[in-house]
Amino acid sequence: MSASDAAGAGHAREVDPYLLGRGGQYGLGHAAVTGRGAGGPASKTVVVAYGFWLFLLSDIILFSCLFAAHAVLQTATAGGPGGAELFKPVNIAIETACLLLSSFTCGMSAVACGLRSQMWTQLSLLVTGLLGVAFLVLEANDFAELVREGAGPQRSAFLSSFFAVVGCHGLHVTAGLLWLGTMMAQIFVKGFRADILRRMLCFNLFWHVLDIIWVALFTIVYLIGAGR
Amino acid sequence: MSDHLDTGDVAAGFPEPQGYTVWEDIQGYLLGLVLAILLTAASFYVVYTHLIWAPAVPIALAALAVAQIGVHLAFFLHLTTAPDNTNNVLALAFGVLIVALIIGGSVWIMSHLDERMMPTMNHMMQMQR
Repeated sequence: MSASDAAGAGHAREVDPYLLGRGGQYGLGHAAVTGRGAGGPASKTVVVAYGFWLFLLSDIILFSCLFAAHAVLQTATAGGPGGAELFKPVNIAIETACLLLSSFTCGMSAVACGLRSQMWTQLSLLVTGLLGVAFLVLEANDFAELVREGAGPQRSAFLSSFFAVVGCHGLHVTAGLLWLGTMMAQIFVKGFRADILRRMLCFNLFWHVLDIIWVALFTIVYLIGAGR
Repeated sequence: MSDHLDTGDVAAGFPEPQGYTVWEDIQGYLLGLVLAILLTAASFYVVYTHLIWAPAVPIALAALAVAQIGVHLAFFLHLTTAPDNTNNVLALAFGVLIVALIIGGSVWIMSHLDERMMPTMNHMMQMQR
């Protein structure tokens, strides 16, 4: 039931999407309520997305602990190589581009989901996944090269915290890719059911937040680290 | 909980409740993408050129990162100032407070401890110079 249905059912008044206590427009008797939340229970979509948003914020706090450790240990190289010698700006720029574009295509999959278009949803999710895989391959390559050069996590406190924070983000992307695969399968098999759409919404939130964490990561770890 | 009781509410990550066409939705994401690319490019530019006085670079990077995170929140996560989004924004504000306490507090305390440490051989050699 959309707002225009309600307006068609004898309510000529323009529907204000931000009107407080707008439950009244459906004849539920809440037209006079004065505050948000007084119009009745929120829809399941709102509750699910809010709960998942809280989880994501706790995930961000987990990352902030790793960032704090890295910020403290950034100069603790124990005579080993520092960020300026180790980081290759071109690789980091390509990885950043991959994640940023995948965030955009993930948004496109949300738009396609709103259109209930199976083809465009699958296509944009596929592109999102391929960009995610490209990001992970590049990052794994970087890690392997660091270890070959003798700059593995056991070399110094700086490198331990570097592998912890970047590796943790990489694990999140890996988990996100598994989730993306299951979302493609679920949309293909079960179609655009309400519960599948809620899962899709949560996946979108997860993927965009991974990109936000990467913004903090390439700023704190790579760019500020390159100047140390 | 029915999905029909409160249809005007907007969940986190949802675009506006009504009145937007598909093209306008895509335009929003495109605008976010362009702004994010510009801010990312600016970050890399600031580090690998001498546009900004070197000691000020970390502050410039922090400002650019905060701006980009804001772009992501507004255009990709659709966090707005609308009443529907109050819960999401309040949760985010609390998260930001905790993150600021953890990172700011750690850096503050550890740098003070670092200054009061017994000088190591490295430091002593530097002082003798």
